[in-house]
Amino acid sequence: MGRYILKRLLWMIPIILSVAILVFTLMTFCPGKPEAIILGSTATEADLAALREELGLNRPFLVRLGSFLEDTFLHLDLGKSYITKGSVAQSIAEYLPRTFILTVATMAISICLALPLGVMAATHQGQWQDNLSMAFALVGISVPNFWLAMMLVIVFSVILDWLPPMGIGGLEYYILPAISGSLGGVAGLARQTRSSMLDVIRADYITTARAKGVSEFKVITKHALKNALIPIITIIGTQFGRQLGGTMVIETIFGIPGMGQYIISGVNQRDYPVVQSGAIILAIVFSLCMLLVDLLYAAADPRIKAQYSKRGKKVRKT
Amino acid sequence: MTEAIIQRARGAQPKKKSEFVRVLKQLSYNRGAMLGLCIFVLELVIILLAPILAPYDYAAMSSAIREGPSLAHLCGTDDLGRDILSRILYGGRYSITMGIFSVMIAVVFSSVIGSIAGYFGGRVDNIIMRILDVIQSLPGMLLTIVMSAVLGSGYFNTILALSVNCIPGQARMLRAQMMKNRDAEYVEASQSINCSRLRIIAVHLFPNSFSPLIVQMTMGVANMILMASSLSFIGLGVQPPAPEWGAMLAGSREFFRSSPHMVVFPGLAIAITILALNLLGDGLRDALDPKLKK
Repeated sequence: MGRYILKRLLWMIPIILSVAILVFTLMTFCPGKPEAIILGSTATEADLAALREELGLNRPFLVRLGSFLEDTFLHLDLGKSYITKGSVAQSIAEYLPRTFILTVATMAISICLALPLGVMAATHQGQWQDNLSMAFALVGISVPNFWLAMMLVIVFSVILDWLPPMGIGGLEYYILPAISGSLGGVAGLARQTRSSMLDVIRADYITTARAKGVSEFKVITKHALKNALIPIITIIGTQFGRQLGGTMVIETIFGIPGMGQYIISGVNQRDYPVVQSGAIILAIVFSLCMLLVDLLYAAADPRIKAQYSKRGKKVRKT
Repeated sequence: MTEAIIQRARGAQPKKKSEFVRVLKQLSYNRGAMLGLCIFVLELVIILLAPILAPYDYAAMSSAIREGPSLAHLCGTDDLGRDILSRILYGGRYSITMGIFSVMIAVVFSSVIGSIAGYFGGRVDNIIMRILDVIQSLPGMLLTIVMSAVLGSGYFNTILALSVNCIPGQARMLRAQMMKNRDAEYVEASQSINCSRLRIIAVHLFPNSFSPLIVQMTMGVANMILMASSLSFIGLGVQPPAPEWGAMLAGSREFFRSSPHMVVFPGLAIAITILALNLLGDGLRDALDPKLKK
């Protein structure tokens, strides 16, 4: 198992390296140069050249790429923002936790709503509970989260005045963003839960458990849901990674200074170090999420755990 | 006499329906899918006839600023006194076509990539899959934002940025289907009569592997409409004064607390379109693979 994790972590290195090269290249070929954006339209050619020199942008592409990779991966230095001149690593350390809290809250709401909905739909297949759950899921997938966010602000902040409409502070500031971000996730997860539950619910061991007199609640939670978990875990892991990298819109509406807003401002101001570092960090977190999903498979299914251990032994033999 | 018997026997054989007809028939039994199809077709007709149906010019300003729904303006007016209904009708031309075109462009590229990876396998497949791994390790929205920054904002550039996001998923799906089908008997048969690789891929394997992609395309259009709106909402997609639905919502951000009608109607337009496409996609999935229907 340890070897499997190590192998996966090692495999992440070329992926992250490639992401860094990809984002660096894309940003380099962006129209609109950072020096022109920083100095504005009144800047003279001499000012622009001086700033290009200062930022190191006049060096050849490959030289800049080499020094960027060296700084990032060998010295673990994410550089300084062209605009604020502050350390990008420090800014990320400030913004990432907010995005992380928002993502965790979003996923917690998704899971708490989606699992019961999916299980209810599967256990009442073809009945009104099933139709209602799946109709909710369908509407959830179809409603744009930024529109829902605005609607929630109108209802809960403007009309009812229960929750703050925007900004950062206590946990109450994350309630509306998390609810608006979670609806799409609830829908996808509930559909997957229903589908996985239906796959296992008619299995022989479920009939056996019922025949033995096990209570229906125990049959569903201990026998059926546990065996239906693998595809559900996949969806949760993927959604977590996506949410982490896709909170830009929600952060913009609710004025949460998180990673999404940081990267968008970096893109708009052509602040290369901000965008490159942000993308690398999000790619690392996304890859780690996928690794965690694989490890959770092993926790949920002993057969998969045995496979991982077997692979490890094979590696040892060779 | 013998010929007559043969002809009678032929007549007795049930006519074999094509897969396309079977899928259409299956789809027609699905009320949700039919509803989705009807809504979507109706929307296409409406956006096509927008110049006739729209009560005002979408860019025409008036003194009726941020007025709520009334008989004169069924969906109200925006902060510049423009009729929201007219803007929604014209806006569909941007939002829906962006979704459709971005998926179509992605299908062209993913078909080539997925077919090559799936048919040839081995090192070619490995290289292509690793490139797709890299693209997919970036969250979709981030990739689209970066692509949109590289290509610039605007209608066509946003379509291209969106299509890049679509390619990896579609290519992977087609690759998996091609890998499943490449050892089929009909492929062996075409190899044995010396068909070229291009012909085997294009004429035999591709049409037999394409059906799961149809479902993904339908859902993809819905996702792309949503993503295009999100991009416009954060100011990176279609720029104002174009009446793209996301851009309309972005324009109403400052006023949505005092004039909720400015966000309700464009949002509903997006939600109804995506709902219709999801209903259709679900129906198509059931029709194409009845085993999946639970």
